[in-house]
Amino acid sequence: MKHTLSIMVENRFGELSRIVGLFSARGYNIESLTVAETLNPTVSRITLVTSGDDQTVEKIRKQVEKQVRVLNVLNMTGFKHIQREMALINVKAEAGAARQEALSLVNIFRAKVVDVSNDGIIIEATGDWSKVSALIELLRPIGIREIVRTGAVAIGRLSEEQYSDDSIQYAAGGGQ
Amino acid sequence: MSVAVKENLRSLKRRARAPQAATELMRGARILCESLVCEGVDTVFGYPGGAVLHIYDELTNFKDRITHVLCRHEQGAVHMAEGYAKATGKVGVALVTSGPGATNAVTGIANAFMDSTPLVVITGQVPRHMIGSDAFQEADIVGITRPCTKYNYLVRNVNDLAGIIKEAFHIAASGRPGPVLIDIPKDVTAEMAAFDYSDDVFLPGYEPGTKGDIDQVELAVEKILKARRPILYVGGGIIHSNAFDEVLEFAERLSLPVTPTLMGLGCFPSGHKLSLGMLGMHGTYWANMAISESDLIIAIGVRFDDRVTGALNKFAVHAEVIHVDIDSSSIDKNRRVQVPITGDAKSVVNQMLDLLPADACAASDDRLAEWWKQIEEWKEYSPLTYKNSDQVIKPQYLVEELRRLTNGDAIIATDVGQHQMWLAQYYGFSGPRQSLTSGGLGTMGFGFPAALGAQMAFPDRQVIAFVGDGGFQMTAQELATAVQYQANVKIIVMNNNFLGMVRQWQEIFYSGNYSHVNMQWVPDFVKLAEAYGVLGLRATRPDQLESVLRRGLSAVGVVLMEILVDEEENVYPMVPAGAGLKEMVLG
Repeated sequence: MKHTLSIMVENRFGELSRIVGLFSARGYNIESLTVAETLNPTVSRITLVTSGDDQTVEKIRKQVEKQVRVLNVLNMTGFKHIQREMALINVKAEAGAARQEALSLVNIFRAKVVDVSNDGIIIEATGDWSKVSALIELLRPIGIREIVRTGAVAIGRLSEEQYSDDSIQYAAGGGQ
Repeated sequence: MSVAVKENLRSLKRRARAPQAATELMRGARILCESLVCEGVDTVFGYPGGAVLHIYDELTNFKDRITHVLCRHEQGAVHMAEGYAKATGKVGVALVTSGPGATNAVTGIANAFMDSTPLVVITGQVPRHMIGSDAFQEADIVGITRPCTKYNYLVRNVNDLAGIIKEAFHIAASGRPGPVLIDIPKDVTAEMAAFDYSDDVFLPGYEPGTKGDIDQVELAVEKILKARRPILYVGGGIIHSNAFDEVLEFAERLSLPVTPTLMGLGCFPSGHKLSLGMLGMHGTYWANMAISESDLIIAIGVRFDDRVTGALNKFAVHAEVIHVDIDSSSIDKNRRVQVPITGDAKSVVNQMLDLLPADACAASDDRLAEWWKQIEEWKEYSPLTYKNSDQVIKPQYLVEELRRLTNGDAIIATDVGQHQMWLAQYYGFSGPRQSLTSGGLGTMGFGFPAALGAQMAFPDRQVIAFVGDGGFQMTAQELATAVQYQANVKIIVMNNNFLGMVRQWQEIFYSGNYSHVNMQWVPDFVKLAEAYGVLGLRATRPDQLESVLRRGLSAVGVVLMEILVDEEENVYPMVPAGAGLKEMVLG
């Protein structure tokens, strides 16, 4: 089963490598990885999707959390949250039926066309992993030239009250 | 997340490098030395080289405050720092140059990481502008050691140096201890800056635990007071947290049978009536039976290592587990735990002691009478024993004689293998910080330099390197270091002309197909000792053993005693790899 870990880490030289190295050294899989700074520029958030049963993922979570510069690790899979990925998809679709078919899929999936040329279009799609994957599968018969997918990002669906709670302080992006 | 972390997160944002009061400027090399003095470092084990020239230049100005021990190999330097740290409880310090100096140190660093030994290892690095250019003696030691350090640093600004050193010592010594590496480019050690050691260490995400969660502690005590077949399984964590007295009181008030791990030897007095001896692959029959049949395991400062548990699916199948450890990632890692308690062993044992009712002692005696009777039966059924000989020195007899002649009070360092197991079984350490051994990584060549490091810390104590003929040859060059610093260390080379433990496995599991375990040629160890200018003695027959040991142990200065032992003696009992603890081969 997929689990999304949200890792808050001090934004310093070498920390990403330390965390990624921990996964490979202990034989855990990384399915996707996204890193960027938070509201607090001294803190980075790593959103990492891994797979395994609950018990295994909890072991991973504790291994990551004990790292000196790691502030907090949350397994988002246990919380109400919104998760998104993005894909840029270059579809071979000349003007005519193929392009109409592609555009209707763009419409249904609430994706966007971000580039168009004589023989194709580039689509920007966002959604959770399964939505983006479904769009790709439907575009495949039309003809996909190239796909670039991001890793997942996830944010908790928290109330103001929850944000003031210590245990989910992480969600404020390192404190205000 | 705790309130402390929340606060820390906020100040992390506010924090800006405060302009420092203008003071005397000094080069990075001196800042390093001043910082070491501030940390109370009195001994540094090291080896010079190009990238650390400024540091070595500066060290001569500190010779009244810092003793530098010139080793003969960087691996030896780190093992010495480990021996020093294990024997004293202080942070050990090693200093080596870039490239090969740093990579030679890696075995020692990995060893310290596995055995939770507090170290600060300082490596030189090529100047900053040359990093990444495949410069002479350049190695990415921060990258190389990332998986085997608790933390590591590349110093990129001389103004950060003092703060990094302070942080490094704090990280190495607190929580679950471990090695921290600081890689310092050569030009940083030449650059000038003001020295300020007053900043507090600021690590917002690092919370070395202290007390245990009180609800869990209460639940633990409740279970302990009801258990009918409990066992106290204790390890290196007791030694790190200096909880010897507390664990002794706890066990005595509850009449608990106690079994230490290899790393825990000496954390509970081995001659005590409650001690069952070591458990695990070469543990005693009765310790292994007791933990296998227990209904409650009280595990403190241990990590359910594979050498302890054997096959996990057959390990203590009826037992509930209370696991106290300062490292929460050790809990529930190998064995499911019913009562997890993250905390420092000493604090948690004190918390449990406070909750014990006044009559716990008498009640436990009654409740556990049957359990103790069973344990005594196991002990009678298969005591720890061997068949002595008047023709050849049995290694177990050697250890028993060593115990008799040192009263079990010596500090003894070992490598890994048969000699290590026989020492663990028969020496009977009476107190903590006496057994210095390579447990997790299982490093040959650890024992002699580790003993040397311990001897530097305690010049007046009896310190012995108890090693095999194979392991000794891996770091034997440190004999020169021992002589140069007039250490009083005694070396016992237990020579069976084999890489004994590998030979034992080949005998038992590979139908006696001895593949490359007979060294066939070893130096004359007595002459080797003499070549270094130290006393060399040899015992080849049982009737020579006592006089050689007596003479060697009491002589002043370094002594090497070569003891020729039965070549094909095996260590028993033995749990074959992959088997359950109850499937011991008794020999």
